[in-house]
Amino acid sequence: MEAKFEFLCRMGDSALILGHRISEWCGKAPVLEEDIALPNIALDLIGQTQMWLAYAAEVEGAGRTADDLAMRRDVWDFRNLLLVERPNGDFAQTMMRQLLFDAWHLPMLRALTTSSDERISEIAAKAVKEVTYHYEKSSEMVVALGDGTEESHARMQSALDLLWPFSGEAFVSDTIDHEMATTAVAPAPETLWDDYEASITGILSRATLTVPKTRFSHKGGKSGAMHSEHLGHLLTQMQWLQRAYPDARW
Amino acid sequence: MHGGSRKMRAEPETIMQWLHEVPDPEIPVISVVDLGVIRDIQWLDDTLEIAVTPTYSGCPATKIIALDIETALRDKGVAKLRVRTQLSPPWTTDWLTDSAREKLQAYGIAPPHPAGGPKSCPRCGSEQLTRISQFGSTPCKAQWRCDACLEPFDYFKCI
Repeated sequence: MEAKFEFLCRMGDSALILGHRISEWCGKAPVLEEDIALPNIALDLIGQTQMWLAYAAEVEGAGRTADDLAMRRDVWDFRNLLLVERPNGDFAQTMMRQLLFDAWHLPMLRALTTSSDERISEIAAKAVKEVTYHYEKSSEMVVALGDGTEESHARMQSALDLLWPFSGEAFVSDTIDHEMATTAVAPAPETLWDDYEASITGILSRATLTVPKTRFSHKGGKSGAMHSEHLGHLLTQMQWLQRAYPDARW
Repeated sequence: MHGGSRKMRAEPETIMQWLHEVPDPEIPVISVVDLGVIRDIQWLDDTLEIAVTPTYSGCPATKIIALDIETALRDKGVAKLRVRTQLSPPWTTDWLTDSAREKLQAYGIAPPHPAGGPKSCPRCGSEQLTRISQFGSTPCKAQWRCDACLEPFDYFKCI
């Protein structure tokens, strides 16, 4: 049960932290359509977070709720990928981060629709429909900007160079992943890599971008061993109200 | 057996008709029944249970829909009632009723179309259309533009 709780936190926390990050664009995205699109994607991700963390709380059985998990844990208890806590940077970084995440998220959810855990398969079946649109958007946008002007191309290439070393963490397996895979709850993370690499290099080549040679990957986010300094800053904003006024309600 | 309490239990078909009068909070020309989110209606002893499925997992209208259903049914005299969220099978635009599609079109929102984009401009009927964005003013809509009359319009996207 403990491994399943950890796994559900990983799914929920990555959705939550990325959802919060994207919502930071609300009201100041470069064009109106993006200002509408990004909060919509954030909304989907936060909706998915509620499903993952509600189930995590049930599995844990300690009387906590999805809100408790989201708002009352500190950095060391979060299990999100390091990629999603990266700051938004410029629009190029936001879109590249989204593509690198979506290209993993979609096949992961597809695989989870056949999970041996019925609730997980139901949540995945719901989320996969929404994430299909996220991936379509981020891949189109990366191609348009990568194969765009000299300026947009340069920004997309530096976004890729910056973020590529954060893309591998999702595919590194640990004891939690191993237990989830042996009980057919979730796919072994490394089994998703080949398809990921193929689809992402296809998109990046259409975007006229050069994939960095390095296979080095930062890790420590999904295990909780070592988050970056950015997560704490994000949490101070996201959790402020519940920290200052515990149990405050609308 | 107490005849009185039996009489209080409206038939599911009647309840469905009542729910036909509850508008979608975001797109008030269609009802929550038209939207296809009512998945089950049953009496559990003297409690009426309505199973509602969310359209998009984060759609803020979901809570309002549950609240509106409760209010409408209480007004009809249902004393004990519970709105249950049902996740599976996940909602699909295939569940929109035919009358919902017509009402959307008349309201200026192009209904979902299997090809993945609107069939025609809800304003002038032209089929020369351009997609502006897959995301719109609510999670369920995309933004399109008609190349003939040049009007932008909402498209209820397939999911």
